[in-house]
Amino acid sequence: MPLKDFFGKRKKYASIPSEKAKVDVPEGLMQKCDNCKQIYYRKEIVKSLYVCPNCGYHHPMTAWTRIESLFDEGTFQEWDAGLTSANPLNFPDYEEKIKKDRQKTGLNEAVVTGTGVIENNQVAFAVMDSHFRMGSMGSAIGEKITRAIEEARKESIPFIIFTASGGARMQEGLLSLMQMAKTSFAVKRFRDSGNLMISVMTHPTTGGVSASFASIGDYNFAEPGALIGFAGRRIIEQTIREKLPNDFQTAEFQLEHGQIDKVIHRHDMKKMLGKILSMHADGR
Amino acid sequence: MAPIMEFEKPIVNLKEKIKELKAFTENSEIDLKDEIKTLEERLAKLEEDIYGNLKPWNRVQMARHPDRPTTLDYVERLFEDFIEFHGDRLFGEDEAIVSGIAYYKNQPVTIIGHQRGKDTKENIKRNFGMPHPEGYRKALRHMKQAEKFNRPIITFIDTKGAYPGKAAEERGQSEAIAKNLMEMAGLTVPIVCIVIGEGGSGGALGIGVGNHVHMLENSTYSVISPEGAAAILWKDAGEAQRAAESMRITAPDLKKLGVIDEVIPEPKGGAHRDIDKQAAFIDQVLEKSLKELKELSSEDIVEERWQKYKKIGSFQTV
Repeated sequence: MPLKDFFGKRKKYASIPSEKAKVDVPEGLMQKCDNCKQIYYRKEIVKSLYVCPNCGYHHPMTAWTRIESLFDEGTFQEWDAGLTSANPLNFPDYEEKIKKDRQKTGLNEAVVTGTGVIENNQVAFAVMDSHFRMGSMGSAIGEKITRAIEEARKESIPFIIFTASGGARMQEGLLSLMQMAKTSFAVKRFRDSGNLMISVMTHPTTGGVSASFASIGDYNFAEPGALIGFAGRRIIEQTIREKLPNDFQTAEFQLEHGQIDKVIHRHDMKKMLGKILSMHADGR
Repeated sequence: MAPIMEFEKPIVNLKEKIKELKAFTENSEIDLKDEIKTLEERLAKLEEDIYGNLKPWNRVQMARHPDRPTTLDYVERLFEDFIEFHGDRLFGEDEAIVSGIAYYKNQPVTIIGHQRGKDTKENIKRNFGMPHPEGYRKALRHMKQAEKFNRPIITFIDTKGAYPGKAAEERGQSEAIAKNLMEMAGLTVPIVCIVIGEGGSGGALGIGVGNHVHMLENSTYSVISPEGAAAILWKDAGEAQRAAESMRITAPDLKKLGVIDEVIPEPKGGAHRDIDKQAAFIDQVLEKSLKELKELSSEDIVEERWQKYKKIGSFQTV
């Protein structure tokens, strides 16, 4: 046993919340903010797009809620909805995990792609959903994003991506890593064709996703408070043997260090994207 | 002498015994020729059994061997007139990546590689071969130059990963790697990448996108270290061996998956046993790669690379 463990306080008992305690807020009616713990009517927080009315914390959104919040009504059309992961390495338990998340989220993969209209601008779109395998990127995600970017290039319309991902999907080994290259190649072809790409990083955008398409839009934006970075906080702390500041790797931190163009509040997102899209359309 | 790995101990022990017997015969009247011969046959068989059937974890150990040859060991043997150039022109010089120009069989080429140290002092200087953003940006600067002057690019991959540090994050580690991936997609000169040691995730890929990607037989290439994967998946870094097997990180496995092109053989017992021979094995594959790619127009080089990566992946439709 290392010496520090000997002196450190050790928790003797693990506290497992009872089933009753877990649902201390009546399901469906009330919701608690993950950040400030304030309790609200669910209706209220849904109306504010899952932004806490008290502290402004941006809760993760599902892909479909995001899509609804951004597109002009009835304009969104999905692409490749049935595309999902295989298990190329026969990795233990992988298929079960995918199956479980498909049931849980109603999605076939952690990204929804398609086309739609934002404030009168036709765009191609990809939105990741961290509720599905933490938004980790495997072959299916790489393929869907690549196809969406290629489609946008052929149609000569802007491409917007909302990222939310813990990184590459381990269960697909190096095939996952190669999706970083594949998607970045597609971005290169797209950007070289003179079309506009916008990346909006939402909580969290880390690892292989932050080190590929998320960081190479013509514009890179982020939602307030989103965790954005390459390596995990714990790994960095272990490597450099010091505590990192609380705001480390937040959207605001990245803004301060010149890594992103702008932090955009979720309530302003549709309007801001619409404005930027229009300005680019008018310039062509 | 090279540190001995657990799995090769039987070989080393037997070799010792043969050596002892030989020394003994020299100073004595007793003839042990037959015994020695038998033992030598046994040794050959043992080597075949052990080195011929390396488990993924054994290859991880090989790839991490402290004496494993590094980029500069191969540069010295494969190229002529290597001139190293430094700096990213933005922030600083990162010695975890070496980069420069040289002749390869009378053809000017650009060489870029991760560089580890072989002892503590050198490792500190080289940051254990783990680059900061400026390393990737230096590499990109040199790749662009290669394109301008029509030089093929050869990269050597040998890193545990991009450095997970505070400064690296502040200066945009993600962006540096992402940008390299994107820009390498468009380079009009051939890129040949060779994984010589550990291919650690995005940190490897940042200089690892090529028309051809080859791996030494006992090198590894992985999306996350086996220890890291085990800690996340099974909450136990001790399950690293299991993770190494499940993730298919060895050269033969990755060849089967279609992610790499050629498996470059290693001398018996690993690259560190005979660096000259290893360099010669690399030479054969490299020469063939460059010859093939030389036939392509610059448009075709870009197109071929895109087609290669576009295909990678395995998925299904429901």
